[in-house]
Amino acid sequence: MTDHPKLTRRQLLATAGGVIATGVVSDLVSRREARAAVKPITVGFIYVGPRNDYGWNQAHAVAAKKIARLEGVKIVEQENVPETVEVEKVMEGMIHQDGAKVVFATSFGYWPHILKVARKYPDVLFPHIGALWKEGDPKNTIGYRGYMEEPHYLCGVAAGHMTKTGKIGFLGSKPLFFIFNNCNGFILGARSVNPKITCQVVITGDWNNPVREAEVTNSLIDQGVDVIVANVDSAKVVVENSERRGIYTCGYHTDLSELAPRGFLTGAEWNWAAGGQFVKAWQTGGPYTNLLRGGFRQDMVAISPFGKAVPEDVRAKIFRIRQGFVDDSFKLYRGPLKDNEGNVVLKEGQVIANDDNKFKLAVNFLVEGAIGKTGLKK
Amino acid sequence: MTLRSSVETAAISTAAVLVALLLFGGFAVVRGLDPLEVYRVLYLGAFGSWFAVQNTLTQAAPLMLTALCTAVPARAGLLVIGGEGALVMGGLATVLAGVLLANVPGPPGIALLCATGAVAGGLWVGVAGALRHWRGVNETISTLLLNYIAIAVLNHLITGPIRDFDQVLKPASWSVGEHLRIGDVPGTSIHWGLVFGVAACALLWVLMRGTTFGFAVDILGGNVRAARMAGLPIGAMVLVACFLGGAAAGLAGAVEVIAVHGFASSSLVVGYGYAGILVAFLARQNPLAIVFVSVLLGGISASGGLLQRRFGLPDAATLVLRGLLFVAVLASTTLYGRLRVFRRP
Repeated sequence: MTDHPKLTRRQLLATAGGVIATGVVSDLVSRREARAAVKPITVGFIYVGPRNDYGWNQAHAVAAKKIARLEGVKIVEQENVPETVEVEKVMEGMIHQDGAKVVFATSFGYWPHILKVARKYPDVLFPHIGALWKEGDPKNTIGYRGYMEEPHYLCGVAAGHMTKTGKIGFLGSKPLFFIFNNCNGFILGARSVNPKITCQVVITGDWNNPVREAEVTNSLIDQGVDVIVANVDSAKVVVENSERRGIYTCGYHTDLSELAPRGFLTGAEWNWAAGGQFVKAWQTGGPYTNLLRGGFRQDMVAISPFGKAVPEDVRAKIFRIRQGFVDDSFKLYRGPLKDNEGNVVLKEGQVIANDDNKFKLAVNFLVEGAIGKTGLKK
Repeated sequence: MTLRSSVETAAISTAAVLVALLLFGGFAVVRGLDPLEVYRVLYLGAFGSWFAVQNTLTQAAPLMLTALCTAVPARAGLLVIGGEGALVMGGLATVLAGVLLANVPGPPGIALLCATGAVAGGLWVGVAGALRHWRGVNETISTLLLNYIAIAVLNHLITGPIRDFDQVLKPASWSVGEHLRIGDVPGTSIHWGLVFGVAACALLWVLMRGTTFGFAVDILGGNVRAARMAGLPIGAMVLVACFLGGAAAGLAGAVEVIAVHGFASSSLVVGYGYAGILVAFLARQNPLAIVFVSVLLGGISASGGLLQRRFGLPDAATLVLRGLLFVAVLASTTLYGRLRVFRRP
C-alpha cells in the first residue's frame, strides 16, 4: 500500500478552495445570465390627482412602488394630469422621452385617450383600471379591476362586531353598480354578525366633495351611526371626522389607519400591484389577458391592517372568511336575499359566483337592512 | 418704440427670467437636487427635441389668444381677467354653430365656426365693457364673475340640453362634424391654433402700433381725462377693446373645439384663460412679446412633466417656477427708466 495517495492538508485546502471558487464563479455567471434574461423596462404611471391624497391616487402610487421593485423595472411618475388630450401628450412624452414600454394611466376617464395612443404605439402596453376592454380594442391595451365588495364584506363583519348602536353608515359617491356592490358587501357582512343591524346609505353624487362628505358624516353620527365607510375619491375627511367624533371607521382605496389611531377598524384596499403581472408578461413576451376582474382569489384586493380596537377573535374570523374568498368556498351573494324594498333578489338556495360579472355589473339595488335609495329610476 | 427702449425691454425681461431661474435653482438645491441638472432637464423638456418643441408650441397656442384678452383691453386702461369665460363661450358657440352648419362644406364652414367662436367671446367680454362704460361696474370683478357664469352655463348645457349621450365617460356636448374639424399642421403634431395665435398677435400688434385707433386707445389707457379732452369716443373704444380681447379668447375656444376635442366638455376649463393673464403681464401687454412669452411659458408647462418624471418632483414644482417668474417680472417693471445705460444721453 505504498502507492496510496497521500492528501496533505495543503492539497486538501487547495482542492476544496478550488471547488468552492468554481461553484461561486459558476453561480455568479448563471446569476448574471439570469439577470441578462430579464430585459430592463421603463414603466410610466400617470395620476389624475396628487399621489398622496389618502385615496384613489395613493392606492396607485403604492402599487407603483411595489412594481418598481420587480426585476429590471424602472418607473417614472407624473401627477395631476387631467382627463383631456393632455394625458395623450403625457403618455407620448413617457414613450419618447423616457422610453417607457408600459404605461399605467390610472384614471377612469383616460380610457378613450389610451385607445387613441395605443393604436399609434403597438410596442407599448397600456393597462387600465376600468375593465372597459372589449373585443376589437387594441391588443396592447388591458382592462383590469378588483372586486371591492369582498373586502367591504370583511369590513362589514368588523363593523357588525364593533357597533354598539346597531346602526352603521355607508357614504357613496356616484350611483354606480360597483358602489352598490360595495355597499351591499358591507351590509351583508355586518348582518352576518347581527341580522338586526341597519345601514344608512347616502349617495353624495360627487367623487370628491369634502364639504358635503363632512356634513353627511356629522349627520350620520347624530343619528346614532357608529361605524362609517366612505366610497369617495379620498375618505380622509370622513375618517378624520369620525375619529374626532369618537366613532369607528373603515378605510377605502388605500391604508388609512394612520388617520384614525383609535377608531380605525380595517379597510377595503385595491391591490393594483397585481398589474405587475402585465409588466412581467410584456418584458418576457409571455401571455397576458386583456380583461381581468378578480377578488381575493386573484389577489387583486386586500384589507388594511387592523386597528387596535378590533379584538383577536374578530380578526381571526375575518381571516377565515378571507380564506373562503381565496379558495372560492365562500360566496358573497347567496339566497334567500331581498332588496330593501322587499323584492326577492335571490331565492333560497340560489348562489351567485364571486366572478359572475353579468350579475355584479347589473347590481342596481340595495340589500335588506339598507336605509336609503339608490337614486336610480327603475 | 425706439431701438433703445426695445433693448431696455429685452434686457430687463431677460434679467428677470434669469433671476427667476436662479431662485428656482435654489428651490432645487433645497429639494436635494443638482440645479444644473434641473436646468438641463427643463431645457430638454421644452426645446431639447422636435417632440419637445412641438409640445411647447401646442401648449403655447391657446395662451397667445387668451393673453390678448387681457392685453388689448389693458392698453385702454382696463384690467380684464375674463379669458377663461370667453374661451368657454367661444367653444360653446362653436359647437352650436357646428350643429347648425353641419351641411356647409369644409372651408367656408370652418371659417364661419371660427368667426362664431370669436364673436361669442367678444360679446361676452363686451358685456363687461358695456357695464364698465355705462354703469361704472369694475371690469375686473365683472369679468371674473362672468368666468364663473360661463363655466356654469357650460356645465348646464353639456349635462342636459346639448349632451351627447354616446359619450359615457364624462358629460360632453354633441360633436362637430368631421369635415368641420381642422387637425394638425401637416407633418407635425402642432394644431392650427398656433398659426391663428401668431396671426392674431401680429394683427393686433399692427392695429395697436400702426393705426390711429391704436394710438387713441393708448391715450385712453394713459389718461382718461386727456382722452376725453381730446374728444375721443371713449365708450366705443372701451367696447371695441373689450370685444377684440374677448374675440381672441373666443377664437381660442373655437380652436379647442375644432382642432383638439371636437366637442365642448369640462376639458375647455383647464386654466388657459388664467395662464393668459400671466402671459399678458409678462409681455407687458405687447402683442408681439406675447408670442415669445407664450412659447416660454408653453415650454415650462411642457417640461413640467419631464421634471416630475426625472426627479420625482411634485406637479407643484412648475407652479413654483411660474410664480417665481411672475414675481420677478413684476418686480423688474420698477426698473424701467431707472437704469442709466438705457437713458437718453
